[in-house]
Amino acid sequence: MQWVQHNKIWAGAAALILIGAYAFYFVNSNIAVSMFSYAWFLAVPLVLGAMVGVMGERSGVVNIGIEGQMLVGAFAGFFAAAATQSVVIGVIAGALSGIAMGAFLAFSTVVGQLDQIIAGVVINIVATGITSFYFESGKTIPRGLPNFDVPLLSDIPLIGPVFFSDGPIALFALIIAFTLHFMLFKTRWGLRTRAVGEYPSAADTAGINVVALRLFNVTVAGTLAGLAGTYLSMEATSTFERNMSSGRGFLALAILIFGAWRPLRALAAALFFGFMQSLASQLQASDVVNIPQQFINLLPYVLTLVVLAAAAGRVRAPGAVGQPFVKGD
Amino acid sequence: MSEHTAYTEGPKVPARGERETLLEIDGLSKSFGTVHANKDISLRVDRGEIVALLGENGAGKSTLVKQIFGLMTPDSGTIRIKGDTARIKDPKDAIRRGIGMVHQHFQLVPVMTVAENLMLGHESTKGGVLDLEGARQMVRELSARHKLSVDPDAEVEDLPVGTQQRVEILKALSRQVDLLILDEPTAVLTPQETDELLGVMRELASGGTSIVFITHKLREVLAAADRCYVLRQGEVVGGVDDLTHTTTSDLASMMVGRDVVLRIDKAEATPGDTVLSIKGLKVKDDRGLPAVDGFDLDVRAGEIVGLAGVEGNGQRELVESIAGMRPSVAGSVHLGSKDITKSNARDTNNAGVGHVPEDREKHGLVGGYSIADNLVLNRYDEEPFAKGFIRDFGAVRNHAVTLREEFDIRSPNVEAPAGSLSGGNKQKVVVAREMSAKPQLLMAAQPTRGVDVGSIEFIHRRIVDARDAGAAVLLVSAELDEILSLSDRIAVIHDGRVVAELPGKGADRTEIGRLMAGDSDAGSDSHSPSH
Amino acid sequence: MADPDLPPAKDAPAPATEPAPTDTGAAVPVVAERGATPPPTGVLGILVRHQAIVVPILAVVLAFAIGAILIRAQGFNPTYAYEVLFTHSFATESGLLATMQKTTPLILVGLAVAIPLKVGLFNIGGQGQLMAGGIGAAWASYALRDLPAALIVVVAVVVAVLLGAMWASIAALLKTTRGVHEVISTIMLNSIAVGLIDWLVNGGPLSDKGQPFPTSHAVPEGARLLPFLKLIPWGLPVALLLSVVVAWMLKRTTLGFELQTVGRNKFAAGYAGIGTTKATLVAMALSGGLAGLAGAFELLQIEPYRYQNGIAGSLGFDGITIALLARGNPLGTIPAAVLVGAMRAGAPTLQFQLGIRPEVVDVLLAITLLMVSLPVIAKLIFRRHATKQTQLAGSWGA
Repeated sequence: MQWVQHNKIWAGAAALILIGAYAFYFVNSNIAVSMFSYAWFLAVPLVLGAMVGVMGERSGVVNIGIEGQMLVGAFAGFFAAAATQSVVIGVIAGALSGIAMGAFLAFSTVVGQLDQIIAGVVINIVATGITSFYFESGKTIPRGLPNFDVPLLSDIPLIGPVFFSDGPIALFALIIAFTLHFMLFKTRWGLRTRAVGEYPSAADTAGINVVALRLFNVTVAGTLAGLAGTYLSMEATSTFERNMSSGRGFLALAILIFGAWRPLRALAAALFFGFMQSLASQLQASDVVNIPQQFINLLPYVLTLVVLAAAAGRVRAPGAVGQPFVKGD
Repeated sequence: MSEHTAYTEGPKVPARGERETLLEIDGLSKSFGTVHANKDISLRVDRGEIVALLGENGAGKSTLVKQIFGLMTPDSGTIRIKGDTARIKDPKDAIRRGIGMVHQHFQLVPVMTVAENLMLGHESTKGGVLDLEGARQMVRELSARHKLSVDPDAEVEDLPVGTQQRVEILKALSRQVDLLILDEPTAVLTPQETDELLGVMRELASGGTSIVFITHKLREVLAAADRCYVLRQGEVVGGVDDLTHTTTSDLASMMVGRDVVLRIDKAEATPGDTVLSIKGLKVKDDRGLPAVDGFDLDVRAGEIVGLAGVEGNGQRELVESIAGMRPSVAGSVHLGSKDITKSNARDTNNAGVGHVPEDREKHGLVGGYSIADNLVLNRYDEEPFAKGFIRDFGAVRNHAVTLREEFDIRSPNVEAPAGSLSGGNKQKVVVAREMSAKPQLLMAAQPTRGVDVGSIEFIHRRIVDARDAGAAVLLVSAELDEILSLSDRIAVIHDGRVVAELPGKGADRTEIGRLMAGDSDAGSDSHSPSH
Repeated sequence: MADPDLPPAKDAPAPATEPAPTDTGAAVPVVAERGATPPPTGVLGILVRHQAIVVPILAVVLAFAIGAILIRAQGFNPTYAYEVLFTHSFATESGLLATMQKTTPLILVGLAVAIPLKVGLFNIGGQGQLMAGGIGAAWASYALRDLPAALIVVVAVVVAVLLGAMWASIAALLKTTRGVHEVISTIMLNSIAVGLIDWLVNGGPLSDKGQPFPTSHAVPEGARLLPFLKLIPWGLPVALLLSVVVAWMLKRTTLGFELQTVGRNKFAAGYAGIGTTKATLVAMALSGGLAGLAGAFELLQIEPYRYQNGIAGSLGFDGITIALLARGNPLGTIPAAVLVGAMRAGAPTLQFQLGIRPEVVDVLLAITLLMVSLPVIAKLIFRRHATKQTQLAGSWGA
């Protein structure tokens, strides 16, 4: 309730959107559920990607390599599952590959002082190179990750079928966004992470190990990127394609900025992206408008530019993002 | 602090050896490359005493205390705290051993509240959730106990500098500190705020806390310290155990190694026509808040006008606006008859404004460029340094060789990167560039900050020479002594406005101090609205 | 000022403590930066002075060594594989032509990354800018098909350069007016170029509907740039000349001084009246133009002389590897582009002759990029003499 008082605009907007969504639901429940489900389906990897960005950037490390981390996660998850014929091992492999990629970014930038943007671009190019070299066509996995109903919650009209009748990674994405939000603003880890990302020398002089915290956050965030990739190859589909992350890592960054580096706002922004795409597909499918399919595919990229241009000047990045921390300076 | 009270009940200044030795440094050395920042330093701080570390910029004071606080590791030597010689690994370790530090650049997270800043690093939690209410309570208690009032819920970036410093002190005190280190704590304060701070320091000391404070201001040493050590070129060159019979000039000559000329010899000014005329100027700061707010000032040819004021009262924005680096929102700036209010940096420079910027590393120089390139930084495309759009390296070099000689820039050659020079020589490069263009108006902002004494004298001399050659000079400095020794006329800025103008000769520093603090009654006698 | 190294976008932070000044009375030159130690002599000294060359060579050698392990792990003989690769690329007539054809656009896209680096911008959009140029040339050459061949070529090239420059300028304008970081915007513009062009050639206004696959109309025969003397693609001398011109521009002209000043210290640039906005726009437009030109050559001098999806391959991203291998030096893009071009040209042969997948080249290039960008390597050898690294990420929050 205190939150509502402090965030009147956000609370109001959320209420309006909710009312609108339910109005739509009561007019045509089938289309509403399918459109919102598709929106969430598209938003899941963006949410996870944005959370990777939150963990890194809130502690001062830019992660341009989310795209590559996702791609490697998709690759590792799928081929591990294909080789062992076990989806569980696939998911674990996807998450672990994410950790490895996160650790690379963490150690090369925080310890090795490699420029963070160059490091991210390198990750993307290396990910593309490695996944295309080791790619083998014709492999299959036993099955994709199954959807399941969360007891009670899945019975809520609209929200239930959209958010609580999905696969495990989608549910995880929802949970992690709320958890991360809570942790960032209410726990010791969050306070320290924000301090380290905003003014690392202040954190350092207060006795916080800046380097260790950055290493931890960026490495652990890699798990989320790995899972986002695994979602693509094992939950949203049951196949791996070359470059299947197709820019989602960058959309996630835009969503992070649009969401002002706050997990729940980023979740909302990701849903907005998903909804716009879902809407465009719906319009296309129902022959209301005749737009070439290519333009529908372009929508998220154009939306990203528009959203970033609009967000400029309204949001403030963590103060130390992008800057290496050198003790004693 | 209750466990320390036992030490406060003795006489105010007990004889040596009666008190516990809190900090003892023995033979400490630290170098960066070939530069010895600290060389064989030994000193001692007892419980409940205030020890000043006196030295000019670059003497190695900050390096020394950073090692005590675990921010740097000594190359050799020992630091003993309460008898324990174990190496101080990091600030956390230092804090654990009862050392607190108030840094010259405040170590506060600007977007967090006072309470959050205070708890940072030693947060208490309730069931995993930050105990913010507890932190607020702690702020209130500490504020009350030490008479340093702050609002626990205020965001630090919204607080004035003086209050931010209070937060820094409270932050240190919240950690059970035995030894409090203050690095140049008065640099950002008005004389009155300084007095207040010195009072707080004395109170803390009488409560048993030892204080080490760094300064290059002699007056403060005499006003607050029990003892002092003087550092020069990284070495302890002297110490005074009893400051009661010491004078500022004693300390000054120890500090610089020879007698210092505090007053520069200069002839009476012969002001000519008005060169710079500022009327009703309003400029906003980086955050969009008014920084310069209806500023009026005239500067005439052949006079030095010193703009005195506590930092952060709009000086930076004023200078940047005149220089064309920051747009103004109202008012006008004229150079002679020319309106330069809306001119950009280059046009302003071409119109005859030389500008020695406050932050020479950031604005005045490109560290990776050679000295020669830096000397033509704002004239690279003019004859003879460029023919059309092609640069003439020969002309650039010749220009540099001449200026290097004339301005005594100490470097191996003119091709050396400017970033490799010492602070004083960097500043000479900037001064040489700006003066060699023979400007009508010379604006010098903090021209001697971080500069060694030799260079200070040189730069001061050149500023006076420029005046004698007929230039109008606007000197902006946070060092009141610099203003007093150079200015023919003094304007005091407070809250972005000139609150008083006084003749330079015979100006009274206490009165200026009150004016700087915004006490408008102070200047009523000498306020000269003639301009 | 011989400075082949990448510029730090920000000046090095000032030492926390001003080093002690030496006695001001003595005439000792004061060079007192933290970490200033006398330069080493002997072999190490030579290596330190030439580290702009030593580091990339070492990176390539290391990458090939790691690549050898990967190739061995796949059950192939790495030395033989490398032999086949480079023999084909340099010692056969068709291979050499292919190498030079690949090198042409690579030099240009390498420059398209190197120039913005001097201004502190990272242009990841060489790919999209090249595609914009390619489709522009395709459109112009078809639209003007009845005009004299020479005129077609000239107009096609001009249109390609302008379109490439325009595409890059979108990112520049988003940066200067709205503060959108160029890394994200150029990547988005790459994806947008892919989609738009797919529409244009796949049923859209520029598509040749007489063909069974998505493609533009073919360049009129007379306007195709067949190799000069049957060996040298026309674009190659142009690209070489342009890299010399760019190097000259950066070093000797006032524009070059402006660009580099902004890249090294944008605050000092503002103080000196050099506009960051102008530098950003100029650098990005120049880069886009060069990448667009690369697109024109891809269309005009390479079979099938049509714009088809995938024509750009991964040229734009190779440009990043090349620019970083060249450490931002425009002349350095030449050897780097030759190396990458040879690897790209030889990749298909690896498949024919040995059955190694051509993507091995992607891996090799990725590892090369990794090795050349890791400052650790330079630091291991040169310790404190290692030159400072590019700083781009600092602009992220701005």
